[in-house]
Amino acid sequence: MNGDGVPAQTLRWLNDPLNWQGPQGVPALTVEHLGMSAAAVLLAALVALPLGVWLGHRPRGGALTVVVSNTSRALPTLALLFIFATTGVGFGNRPTILAAALFAVPPILSHAFTGVREVDPAARDAAGGMGMSAARVLATVELPLALPLIAAGLRTAAVQVVATVPLAALVGGGGLGTIIVSGFATQRYGEVVSGGIIVAVVCLAVEGVLAAVQRILTPAPLRVTAIAR
Amino acid sequence: MGAPNPWFSWAYVQANRDDITTALTQHVLLTVEAVAIATLVAVPLALVAFRHPRLSGLVIGTSGVLYTIPSLALFAVLYPALRDRRTTVLVGLVVYALLVLVRNVLVGLRGVDPAVTDAARGLGQSPTRILLTVQLPNALPSVVVGLRLATVSTVALVTIGVVVGYGGLGQLMYRGFTSLYRAEIVTATVLTLAVAFVADVLLWLAGRLATPWARGRR
Repeated sequence: MNGDGVPAQTLRWLNDPLNWQGPQGVPALTVEHLGMSAAAVLLAALVALPLGVWLGHRPRGGALTVVVSNTSRALPTLALLFIFATTGVGFGNRPTILAAALFAVPPILSHAFTGVREVDPAARDAAGGMGMSAARVLATVELPLALPLIAAGLRTAAVQVVATVPLAALVGGGGLGTIIVSGFATQRYGEVVSGGIIVAVVCLAVEGVLAAVQRILTPAPLRVTAIAR
Repeated sequence: MGAPNPWFSWAYVQANRDDITTALTQHVLLTVEAVAIATLVAVPLALVAFRHPRLSGLVIGTSGVLYTIPSLALFAVLYPALRDRRTTVLVGLVVYALLVLVRNVLVGLRGVDPAVTDAARGLGQSPTRILLTVQLPNALPSVVVGLRLATVSTVALVTIGVVVGYGGLGQLMYRGFTSLYRAEIVTATVLTLAVAFVADVLLWLAGRLATPWARGRR
């Protein structure tokens, strides 16, 4: 431990096979991390997508969504996690998923809202003129046109959640943050840096994969707007 | 737990006034310093990127990648290298604020009406003069938006500094968490929100004063 610098310790930690096996190994922690993230995004999407689409579909109102999404930036995630710990929600993974989901709602909501709201009124009018019901206009005109923005919102939220979940380790939860936090606790800075690198790599990988998925799923004529975002 | 655990306690605030003031001062100073340094770096960087379109792709790309890295990971990598709690948090905060600011300054500069720039060129102004007297002032609203965004997120981000033991009001939240004392967590949270709100309003006012011409439109 003594005598050599943090870079050497980091290399040693990353090359130690023991750190890559078992229930506390990097692969297992990554799976746990991604599982928690998926649960949080799903939870947020279940609430935010229908709400955002509905608010965008209505002719008026909804300015509040943008305001809410801006103010939520000021609330520290950590504060929410600590408050949860003193209530019935408790410690560990559950409050983290809940907190991450809460912070994932604003981007999904505001993107879905803006996406549906900004649909060209001419397209909406034309659909109405053809005798389509409001529900059909929503399903066959507004939603497909809003899809690039909805996808962008989900992607932003997912990347943000993957970056938030490491905080779980501070309230006794799992995931990749545990490497960093236990490294700090034992003053093994090689482990701390390794954890930091792994978390960063996972976040960048998730962002890259989602960007690719979004590009593949976007219909070709809409791709230009999707990339501009 | 049998002891009462109130959401707020005035007795707690009075008994811990010194601790709260220290944490609050630490929080505000960190935020101000981080945003000030970030602005000093971001504006020249954005100007260079604006002048050289090839660089701007690089700047936007790099800042996007860096922004994806969670603060916990960044602090984790910085602390063993810097070995100073305050510097670690400050550098981390500057990085994130910088990314937001560069983006917004660039967006602002790009959004300047080409007709206005053309008119200035037609008057015989040099490119530098156009930049300083036409483009930058016109980009100001977007710069202010960036400043507000960067400041508010910095205020929230300071709390993550608890991992290295220098998190301003986050330190109080953490202490409240370890002793499961709700009033301490809530007091620190409310103060954090208040700092963010006050900073946001101040910047909004400053922005209005700095761009009197934009008042009618916005």
